Amino acid sequence: MSEALKELGALLELKKSDAVLGWDVTYGELNVDVAPSQLVAFVEFLKTDQSCQFSSLVDITSVDYPGRAKRFDVVYHFLSMYQNHRIRLRVSIREEEMVPSIIEVHPSANWFEREVFDMFGILFSGHPDLRRILTDYGFRGYPLRKDFPTTGYTEVRYDEAQKRVVYEPVKLVQEYRQFDFMSPWEGAEYILPGDDKAAAK
Amino acid sequence: MMDGGKGFEDAQTGEQKIRNFNINFGPQHPAAHGVLRLVLELDGEIVERCDPHIGLLHRGTEKLMESRTYLQNLPYFDRLDYVAPMNQEHAWCLAIERLTGTEVPRRASLIRVLYSEIGRVLNHLLNVTTQAMDVGALTPPLWGFEEREKLMIFYERACGARLHAAYFRPGGVHQDLPDALLDDIEEWANHFPNVLDDIDGLLTENRIFKQRNVDIGVVTEEDIQKWGFSGVMVRGSGLAWDLRRAQPYECYDEFEFQIPVGKNGDCFDRYLVRMEEMRQSTSIIKQAIAKLRVEGGDVLARGKITPPKRGDMKTNMESLIHHFKLYTEGFHVPEGEVYAAVEAPKGEFGVYLKADGSNKPYRAKLRAPGYLHLQAMDHIASGHQLADVAAIIGTMDVVFGEIDR
Repeated sequence: MSEALKELGALLELKKSDAVLGWDVTYGELNVDVAPSQLVAFVEFLKTDQSCQFSSLVDITSVDYPGRAKRFDVVYHFLSMYQNHRIRLRVSIREEEMVPSIIEVHPSANWFEREVFDMFGILFSGHPDLRRILTDYGFRGYPLRKDFPTTGYTEVRYDEAQKRVVYEPVKLVQEYRQFDFMSPWEGAEYILPGDDKAAAK
Repeated sequence: MMDGGKGFEDAQTGEQKIRNFNINFGPQHPAAHGVLRLVLELDGEIVERCDPHIGLLHRGTEKLMESRTYLQNLPYFDRLDYVAPMNQEHAWCLAIERLTGTEVPRRASLIRVLYSEIGRVLNHLLNVTTQAMDVGALTPPLWGFEEREKLMIFYERACGARLHAAYFRPGGVHQDLPDALLDDIEEWANHFPNVLDDIDGLLTENRIFKQRNVDIGVVTEEDIQKWGFSGVMVRGSGLAWDLRRAQPYECYDEFEFQIPVGKNGDCFDRYLVRMEEMRQSTSIIKQAIAKLRVEGGDVLARGKITPPKRGDMKTNMESLIHHFKLYTEGFHVPEGEVYAAVEAPKGEFGVYLKADGSNKPYRAKLRAPGYLHLQAMDHIASGHQLADVAAIIGTMDVVFGEIDR
């Protein structure tokens, strides 16, 4: 299986050298890093080429790396039901960069791109209807970014006096309990309870 | 408009004033299968445009998962597609096992197959019978739920919970099955085809049921590729695509089963495919029980990612420490990314897991089959009657736990 994937990876690099920035086969899966500008053409190629036939789009998602200059990885998964293989494409982009939409090639990308926009705030150029999809109407912020708190910023409740649902800033009765059970010997990144000298260091 | 001040308008202008009619279907509608809100644009009774609004059940599972350990995340999977909980857990376990390189013991593997198939029957029973209710039949759900209840008792006897099982664990399954449970499941499996025959007799040749389902919501091979369908939505249109056969995981390659396919890709064929899949699943259940009777051994790959045996904990200090560390800090998963998919009853359920070497996933994306199916609603339902929308939603098999996540 992974031999065939290696052949495919080499073939892709040969045929589409301008799009493929690098590829590897790890855990039995083929990963290809793609240049954002070449994305649509490359996906089109994957779909139509006889040895690829990646005709169904499985998933589009993104991973946030706040520490990197190219902050986001947009990750595409494709499947070929005819050749019975899968591929993963990674596109690295900066925070303010846009990704070309692949709706023209795969109409099923529509909701996935809306979801990535909703969750990460990544814009897709050429998307016909880039609305929020999963979050509340009128929601602000991008929840799956690493700098977005798990508790969010607003909370809702039904107000008996106003007879409607009201939005308020989050009030926590106790501090949000983000347990960190990493062993103190393996680099816990917090001051251990009772460790007064830690601050002095 | 008709305020009387402008005099009468003639019939011609009245005719011209007919606009398309927008209605909200759901979020509180019995045929919406949960909290689906469809904004339908109707021309008379014909659906012109269909805009599904989802996210009313969004719980931020993926965000929550980033701050919990791998084991703490497992129960979230029961809450995705709550109709067949264990099939989702399976994908999560497979992803972790791929990254850690864990070999699942054979007995655990067989138990997983057994319970995945029970999950499939659970799902199809609910789907087939409630879809029938959407198109007007009242008896099938009553009969189907009786069988579902029996299956949920099997869930309960294996793991203690009827729905939120948390039974599949990375490295195997939580506990071994008692022999009496295997006997009872087998007895159920022998009897179940009769129940299917009964439901079959109620629905398959029923005039009303056929009028509501035949040639409704036709899906072609091109649609499948364009909209990324999987599962029964593919098989109903004649493609024998099943991950259990095409990309075998667990020990599905040693089981005998047929993959039923439809011919026309309409709602009726999808119903027929589901009925036949239940029969095939029953046969897999029987085979798994026969194999489990001869296969002894442990149900967990003892090691870093699984708890030690109870007896060891009471005699061995290291085991006690291991147990404590496992359930507080959790196990660490080596850095890397995998996509693990299973053939869930609704289609391909996948987990994209990005691990950074710590005890928590850096990013986990849950790929739900229903998300893509519902997305194609506009494409499939346009041009159909309003009443057909309920039939189409029914055979698409949408559950909002997994779509909204």
